[in-house]
Amino acid sequence: MQRFVMAIDQGTTSTRCIVFDQNARLVAVAQREHRQYHPRPGWVEQDAVEIWRNVDRIMPQALRQSGITAAQVVALGIANQRETFVLWDRHTGVPVGRAIVWEDIRTEELVAELGEKPGIEEVRDRCGLPLATYFSAPSLRWMLDHVPGLREKAERGDVLFGTMDTWLIWNLTGGVNGGLHVTDVTNASRTMLMNLSTRQWDPVLLEFFGVPASMLPEIRPSTEISGTTTRVVPGISITAALGDQHAALFGQTCFEKGSIKGTYGTGGFLLMNTGTELVRSKHGLLTTIGYQIGGEPAYALEGSIAVAGSLVQWFRDNLGLIHSAPEIETLARTVKDNGGCYIVPAFSGLFAPHWLAQARGLVVGLTSYINKGHLARAVLEATGWQTREVVDAMNADLGTPTPALKVDGGMTADHLLMQFIADVLDVPVMRPLVAETVSLGAAYAAGLAAGFWPDLEGLRRNWHLAARWNPVMDARHREDEYANWKRAVELTFAWARSTPSS
Amino acid sequence: MLRLLARGSGHHGLTEIADSLGLARGTAHGILRTLQRVEFVEQDQSTGRYRLGAALLHLGTSYLDANELRSKSINWADTLAARSGQEVRIGMHHDGAVLVVHHVFRPDDSVQTLGIGAMLPLHATALGKVLLAYDPALSAAARQRELTSLTRRTITRPQALERVLTEVRAQGWAGEAEEYLPGEASIAAPIRVPGGLVVGAIGVSGAADRLCDSAGRPRATLVRQVVQAAEAVTTSLVDEN
Repeated sequence: MQRFVMAIDQGTTSTRCIVFDQNARLVAVAQREHRQYHPRPGWVEQDAVEIWRNVDRIMPQALRQSGITAAQVVALGIANQRETFVLWDRHTGVPVGRAIVWEDIRTEELVAELGEKPGIEEVRDRCGLPLATYFSAPSLRWMLDHVPGLREKAERGDVLFGTMDTWLIWNLTGGVNGGLHVTDVTNASRTMLMNLSTRQWDPVLLEFFGVPASMLPEIRPSTEISGTTTRVVPGISITAALGDQHAALFGQTCFEKGSIKGTYGTGGFLLMNTGTELVRSKHGLLTTIGYQIGGEPAYALEGSIAVAGSLVQWFRDNLGLIHSAPEIETLARTVKDNGGCYIVPAFSGLFAPHWLAQARGLVVGLTSYINKGHLARAVLEATGWQTREVVDAMNADLGTPTPALKVDGGMTADHLLMQFIADVLDVPVMRPLVAETVSLGAAYAAGLAAGFWPDLEGLRRNWHLAARWNPVMDARHREDEYANWKRAVELTFAWARSTPSS
Repeated sequence: MLRLLARGSGHHGLTEIADSLGLARGTAHGILRTLQRVEFVEQDQSTGRYRLGAALLHLGTSYLDANELRSKSINWADTLAARSGQEVRIGMHHDGAVLVVHHVFRPDDSVQTLGIGAMLPLHATALGKVLLAYDPALSAAARQRELTSLTRRTITRPQALERVLTEVRAQGWAGEAEEYLPGEASIAAPIRVPGGLVVGAIGVSGAADRLCDSAGRPRATLVRQVVQAAEAVTTSLVDEN
């Protein structure tokens, strides 16, 4: 009987269920999108029940598609959108309101207030993250402050907190009938409530954010989830869970210290494995857990680019200069260079390594010579230079330069961009054969836990190169262009300073 | 003007066009130049006469951007490489040759060079034969030119090429063994946009002894995988429209 591993990728816009065979080849994919709710400006919510129902449909669908039975599935791994969480009643399984999504910025004021509180430096030291609306703790505090009676119920343990991995595992393992209330270290490391060194909920952090410990799930290593499904498709072992970007790091087999993966979608997410060493960034990066297989965690540094593919979408939808996103490359190739034009897409501030919320985007270097081809180049180059800034910060924090960048995500189809990234980093850019690295990472972790794959070396043998872009740019030209980009970025700071506050 | 060009012989001189439409020659020339720029009109290099251009054929149907084709086919090309164990290319016609718009390495982790942007001969590669087989104007033009001999197996006689192209249309895929490079073979199948127009080809290439059986025929398993990949890409193009 042939055996398989199943992965659920619970993403920001959709949930996917993918089946892999032992050679890590994709056998079936089932997918369902869920609604995004925007009840007020800056608020972003999702219906956790809708997401659960989608899982209920796609799991059997993926089995049907691959023509296998549940008995042939040796393990299930879950990867999920990070920071997004839901609260629910332990006794009824009914959520308290909708899930608050990582993109939600309702806590801007709260975050500013918390930032003034004594002990804020201690917070960063313990959890590795800067205080921002992005992470779960501020939004959780907001819920506790705004939903009448919630805090009391939470303190009594009647209301549970969970990131999306926790919500799905609780439901899959029985829900109100003894569902497991657990999370993995990578998801917990994004809440601002976990201590990076002990990898447990930290009393100081809980006190700082005013969160009762009674509502939080048990934190386990990524491959020690140890649950069994009793609903949807009963009898499947749930053996692993990871945040989606951590799953991608694992799926890319970035197991060595210093190896980096970059996922290019709407935004760009770069993670560097720093091994067993907890590196506290001096260059604007986040410290997080890469993954934990067994006893020792692999730590990671993370640099997020807020606007990557979304700049291409903006170019298409708001400027109307192209009909489809891939056409940006066609347009960019109508000219040989950027003509001196640079676009800094600080649409909602700059993320790593600058972390400047007030920065706003700009286009500089306009002359009568500039046409839409140059603008298209500048759009693609913006993602290249932002990658360079993050990788420079990673190299500086670790003290050794990375030898290559492993890439995945939709934008890897852009040949011009991938070549440009190789050129500005001056290291090869490599794309693996399996583009679904998030699902693959969850499957790998699950299969490893179940003994389906023997060890990390066995997984590495499954990784095959689909494309490699080698740097060809002249060194002097690269440094001149980088200097121009840095000047453009500085101008966004100046603009932020000169904007009168309301 | 386009209606005039669509009538009769389809080949008209500038004076003829200007007189027929009652336009000054300068005005007619300006309009023709504009139409030529968007490829709605072509000018015959030898006679200087005008005719309707290729871009008009794509009106209403979705003419496919090369980068868009790569973006939409990337997962299927990866799957083909994983299943076949061979390197995969997607080609489109450009300027009398096959333009490689996408390339996936052979998944054996050997050192390989990314071949996106390379130009391959139409008559000597499986990708090229597919493009020729489904484009009458292109194959007519190819027959007019000299078919360059690249190996001792390259098809150089127009009649022989025409016979092969008829066979390609009948079986729905093309093969080639040692016609482009000694020791190398390739297999390809057509990618269509809604309406049936063939816009590109997807195929595998590699050592002839891996791709062909002992009789020198492309292996049936590989042919099936290539045809399935081409159909999957075609379906994904329909889905989007």
